[in-house]
Amino acid sequence: MIRSSAAELAQKIHSGEVTSVEVTQAHLDRIAEVDGAVHAFLHVDTEGALAAARKVDEDVAAGRPVSPLAGVPLALKDVLTTKGVPTTVGSKMLEGWIPPYDATVTRRLREAGVVILGKTNMDEFAMGSSTENSAYGPTHNPWSLDRIPGGSGGGSSAALAAFEAPLAIGTDTGGSIRQPGAVTGTVGVKPTYGTVSRYGLVAFSSSLDQAGPCARTVLDAALLHEIIAGHDPLDSTSIDVPVPPVVAAAREGALGDLTGVRVGVVTQFSGDGYQPGVLRSFEAAVSQLKALGAEVVQVSCPSFDYALPAYYLIAPSEASSNLARFDAMRYGIRVGDNGERSAEEVMSLTREAGFGPEVKRRIMIGTYALSSGYYDAYYGSAQKVRTLIARDFDAAFENVDVLVSPTTPTTAFKIGERTGDPMAMYKADLCTIPSNLAGNAAMSIPSGLSDEDGLPVGLQIMAPALQDHRMYRVAAAYEVARGPIGEAALR
Amino acid sequence: MPSISRDEVAHLARLARLAVSEDELDLFAGQLDVILQSVATVGDIATADIPPTSHAVPLTNVFREDVVRPGLGQQQALAGAPAAEDGRFRVPRILGEEA
Repeated sequence: MIRSSAAELAQKIHSGEVTSVEVTQAHLDRIAEVDGAVHAFLHVDTEGALAAARKVDEDVAAGRPVSPLAGVPLALKDVLTTKGVPTTVGSKMLEGWIPPYDATVTRRLREAGVVILGKTNMDEFAMGSSTENSAYGPTHNPWSLDRIPGGSGGGSSAALAAFEAPLAIGTDTGGSIRQPGAVTGTVGVKPTYGTVSRYGLVAFSSSLDQAGPCARTVLDAALLHEIIAGHDPLDSTSIDVPVPPVVAAAREGALGDLTGVRVGVVTQFSGDGYQPGVLRSFEAAVSQLKALGAEVVQVSCPSFDYALPAYYLIAPSEASSNLARFDAMRYGIRVGDNGERSAEEVMSLTREAGFGPEVKRRIMIGTYALSSGYYDAYYGSAQKVRTLIARDFDAAFENVDVLVSPTTPTTAFKIGERTGDPMAMYKADLCTIPSNLAGNAAMSIPSGLSDEDGLPVGLQIMAPALQDHRMYRVAAAYEVARGPIGEAALR
Repeated sequence: MPSISRDEVAHLARLARLAVSEDELDLFAGQLDVILQSVATVGDIATADIPPTSHAVPLTNVFREDVVRPGLGQQQALAGAPAAEDGRFRVPRILGEEA
């Protein structure tokens, strides 16, 4: 049962063949069995999950209409608030914090009858590409337990790859949904910025953060996408437009015909620094897209070479401002309050104790980039590069419907391999960052296993803003042509 | 020549209210120098004629009706506080002894 897709589980639950309680219990059992080795979850909400499942079972038994994924279990990244259930953001700073409200994404999931199994591990404050920056220890990649599951949403992707959940939610600021998807052989989607509410998403970089669906199949991701997306007055950057028809596009794509679809291969994302097996997998995927009828052309986006440096100025700058709220006064931990020290001293001691090294590095980089005298050279220049990247996307999408690239330059690296070298870690997000800076839609779908190490490789598909359905169509067609990629061995 | 000195990192840490240790200062000074030198390449293509982009969605002035909506009650708002007293947040002293 745990190997079924969410769509299959929903169909069986809604037809009365199985109950949501049975499905939920099967996944809770799986978590109990394997999460000691994987560590995908920071908190498992057994009671809450079973209560939500019972409610769906009652609705089904009474013949009441239910939503398309009602009764299906899901793993929620610990960056989205859950009323009454701990939310740590992978940080000691919020250890023990119980949010008094639900994020809009959480509320939408609950209203749709989706069963939230628990909260998944992540790099602290979503800053990282390996989940090693979690204050609660790393998550292990189910395909090879001594390797990273990607980050920051490594817990969500690992839960999918280990069959602990058929659905998950991630958030993507520079690739934190897509890169974990790529290295765990799962599907991860960053919707167009502004189409999924950020209300209750603990902010890292507000102009880049975007929640999105994670799943093992394209159709499952599309079904989840339609549940969480939509305008929200509680997020002032939420766009008031209809949700793109992603489920219909996934069903159309599954028919296996991409005749007339123009696909652009981004020429910047290959060459030095790219693992040969990743490039071979990517080339094979492009050949399959051609065989499905797509017209494939090469597209140059020269400013993409500057996306990584621009991102590592913009995101830390916004983070240095956003994380100022962790001041030890209203919520979170407080350290060193002995009745003698000033509020400022307590604040500094608390932030020193509560934040891990990567968070401190980024706060200081952001503080530097925004300081008088350096602002123009650093933050100001990065904002101009952001303009150039958006222009490159606009020019490319005049000639093609979607762009493709590898999702990440290498397969999963070993735990500990890059922790001492921040720049090497940052390069895991080389191909995913441009779509965060420009705000367009992008996703990763497995393109099989690398022939040199047997580890999953991701194909990134990018679409213009609000054209999310285009990439779902291409991904669904490719998924059928590709066939199964096998499953993680949990060794 | 490094783009950032150990003293400058100590200054940044003070600005950011991070009571970093001496060991951390040594580590961060080296790492921040490598990162800043690498990200400074944005200056290579950011010429004066390019307008900056602060946000991918050009929305301005999102309004709503000015009506009363339910919010958190006092108890809920204080539930996550590190210290509370008489229905209020209790904080360390914010003024110096002489004040």
